[in-house]
Amino acid sequence: MTSSFLRKFRILFSAVVLICFVLVFVDFSSLIPEKYINWLLYLQFTPSVLKYIDLRTIAAGGFLIVILLTLLTGRTYCSFLCPLGIGQDLNSRIGGKIKRKFRRFGYKKPFTIIRYTLLVLTFAVALIFGLYLVTLLDPYSIFGRFTTYFLKPVVLLLNNLLAGILGRFDNYSLHHVPVRGFALITYFIPVSFLLLTGILSFVKGRLYCNMICPVGTLLGLVSKVSILRVRFNEEKCTRCGRCAVACKSSCIDFLNHNIDVSRCVDCFNCLKSCPDKALSYGIIGLRSKVPATDDSRRKFVAGSIALLLSLPAIVKGQQKATPVPKKASTIAEKKTSPVCPPGAGSIEHLNSNCTACSLCITACPNKVLQPALKQYGIAGLMQPVMDYHKSFCTYNCTVCTDVCPTNALKPLALEAKKLTQIGKANFIKDNCIVKTEKTACGACSESCPTKAVYMVPYEGNLVIPETNQEICIGCGHCEFACPVTPYKAIFVDGNPVHTAAKKPENKESDIKKPADFPF
Amino acid sequence: MKRREFFKTSLGAGLAAGAAVRLGGYDKLWAASPAIPKYDMVAVMGGEPDAMFDLGIQELGGMGAFVQKGQKVLVKPNIGWDVVPELAANTNPALVKRIIEHCFRAGAKEVYVFDHTCDNWVNTYKTSGIEKAAKSAGAKVVPAHTESYYHEIDIPGGVRLKKAKVHELLLEADVFINVPILKDHSSTRMTACLKNNMGLVWDRGYWHSNDLHQCIADYALYEKKPALNVVDCYYVMVKHGPQGVSKEDVVQMKSQIISPDWVAADAASAKMLKIEPERIDYIPLAHKMGLGNMNLDSLNIKRIKM
Repeated sequence: MTSSFLRKFRILFSAVVLICFVLVFVDFSSLIPEKYINWLLYLQFTPSVLKYIDLRTIAAGGFLIVILLTLLTGRTYCSFLCPLGIGQDLNSRIGGKIKRKFRRFGYKKPFTIIRYTLLVLTFAVALIFGLYLVTLLDPYSIFGRFTTYFLKPVVLLLNNLLAGILGRFDNYSLHHVPVRGFALITYFIPVSFLLLTGILSFVKGRLYCNMICPVGTLLGLVSKVSILRVRFNEEKCTRCGRCAVACKSSCIDFLNHNIDVSRCVDCFNCLKSCPDKALSYGIIGLRSKVPATDDSRRKFVAGSIALLLSLPAIVKGQQKATPVPKKASTIAEKKTSPVCPPGAGSIEHLNSNCTACSLCITACPNKVLQPALKQYGIAGLMQPVMDYHKSFCTYNCTVCTDVCPTNALKPLALEAKKLTQIGKANFIKDNCIVKTEKTACGACSESCPTKAVYMVPYEGNLVIPETNQEICIGCGHCEFACPVTPYKAIFVDGNPVHTAAKKPENKESDIKKPADFPF
Repeated sequence: MKRREFFKTSLGAGLAAGAAVRLGGYDKLWAASPAIPKYDMVAVMGGEPDAMFDLGIQELGGMGAFVQKGQKVLVKPNIGWDVVPELAANTNPALVKRIIEHCFRAGAKEVYVFDHTCDNWVNTYKTSGIEKAAKSAGAKVVPAHTESYYHEIDIPGGVRLKKAKVHELLLEADVFINVPILKDHSSTRMTACLKNNMGLVWDRGYWHSNDLHQCIADYALYEKKPALNVVDCYYVMVKHGPQGVSKEDVVQMKSQIISPDWVAADAASAKMLKIEPERIDYIPLAHKMGLGNMNLDSLNIKRIKM
């Protein structure tokens, strides 16, 4: 296999993968079937591990394939399959073009202590406390948040611009999609990581992947015994050093003809850079040297972390103006628990399996899923939570449970979802228009898909809501539709552990088909 | 009558009516119905939705009496809910399709269909079968799910509703054909013609919190009134409306009410649900405001049984 072919293949393959990931995350019209999304996500390392732990079936074992692949070929995952890695390569390439004159990678010693400490910490914290560091550092989830929080709004704005122009010409093939931001604080972590990975990759190539990323470090360990590697032909090599300059991972010690395989991401740039064809990719014997520890770049890392912590969130979405009510409602909604999405089973299951990749949040056609701020506590930061002041859960929909790659949201058949009670509706009569204004409303009952909210006679010709919590599934349409502000007259209190709702009973009506016109 | 024969006759009738209207010097046909010759209302029973409309519109002089050549038409069904046609939460797609076909036959330049849905609009347009049916008849099915499509209008004389934001295509269209489905309704007891207007406006919450019945009646004052109202009573949701829970809520009545007078059509619709029109507050309110006639006895109604 020629060296230039390998590199070209890598670029083409990774471009396709990156485009697929971007499409999945910005797909605002739900055009991509869940089946294909599942295929794409099957090999993502961390989600696959979590799904495997939760399900304990080989069917969820995409990560085993990744480990096998790494044993065979080294860290090809990082260059071919990791969307964050590919994204950084793209950014690094831009950095190379802009700073062509003075950006030289060159061989650097590895940040051994930092990377293995982070790997061990991530594991230890996950085992003892929960997924905190996994959520923070999993490259797939980081990428998911980037696209959901930053790229998708940009795509939507472009779409809206285009839809507006087409609309002028009586063409409605594109439609306007409201761009709504999340709670400001939820941007903090994504913004920090965007800057961290952005700056590191722009200046230092794959430094993030080789210093911070726990998946990179773990696969680096595995690749130490990999069969296929980049290797030197010492007779051909003239020690010109071009390979080391081209190496994004700064892992080629050309003077000693040593390549740090734990950091090599198999990008094959070095192969192309070598004028003497002294580098090739092929089978190698199990001889490898572990480089010694060094702490020459620690200051830089400390500086980056300080920078990261000092950055305020900068993005804020637009909010829909709510109509001014005639009278403000007085009684606050007493929510004892947040509502977690169907398929989660319980808040605990969600918190211990979700890495906040935000795929469900971006895929939700009704935009009811929002990244949690403090609803679940620190363990659930950025995990999906139902926000019924923003929207409601569509009765005939299971998209979030279909796309979840970690099984934090287990797949639910539609009929099962329609009987899964994620919360219960609670009516506050003293806030209700019918009582306070003595005029008809019933928006809540109208919206209820199971008629768990129904109307009973009130004063005069008026009717007023009542609830039957047994058949309520907690979809939140009533709460969303209730026009009272600031407190709603009906709200859904979450079930920390989801239960089964009763099936709504229904009898034949006494109104029959008329034999003749009744007028 | 075979469909082809029907089209021949209706085409002739339509042309004649159209010519009559043109000679009569009516530029616009917004105001309720000066061009209608014989009947205030046509009620049909016993056929399929499309066949009943074929007969009914013929009795009113054909679609040509309402739509002139080159006009843009808005056909506004109820597409509120993510529910299949048999469960009768949305207007029957076969009826929507046939009305659009009649519009094009009468020379319409463009026919638009939209609704400000309650459930997710993409699912609702699809599940209701209306998007597919309307497109197959040549109509443009347009979105109505964000505020950007709506523009503020004044409602002179409105008691509680003095302003509203309505969809841009209502403003743009020359002719508005209102095609609601008759249903039980949890808050207003019944939804048909006047209640269907809530799918033309952006801020329904305002109506709900500011005397719903008065707002429904007030909106009917707005100058862009329907040339024709076609109430789909083929499948009728008689309880658990407006969304319904299961097929037990639905009675197959195989009927249709067609009238340029939406108050009259609502009064007749109420009777189909065995409710006295006076009990549905917005009907007497609209009647008193002079927006139509709820006294069915004083109307000239053509009743057809197929």
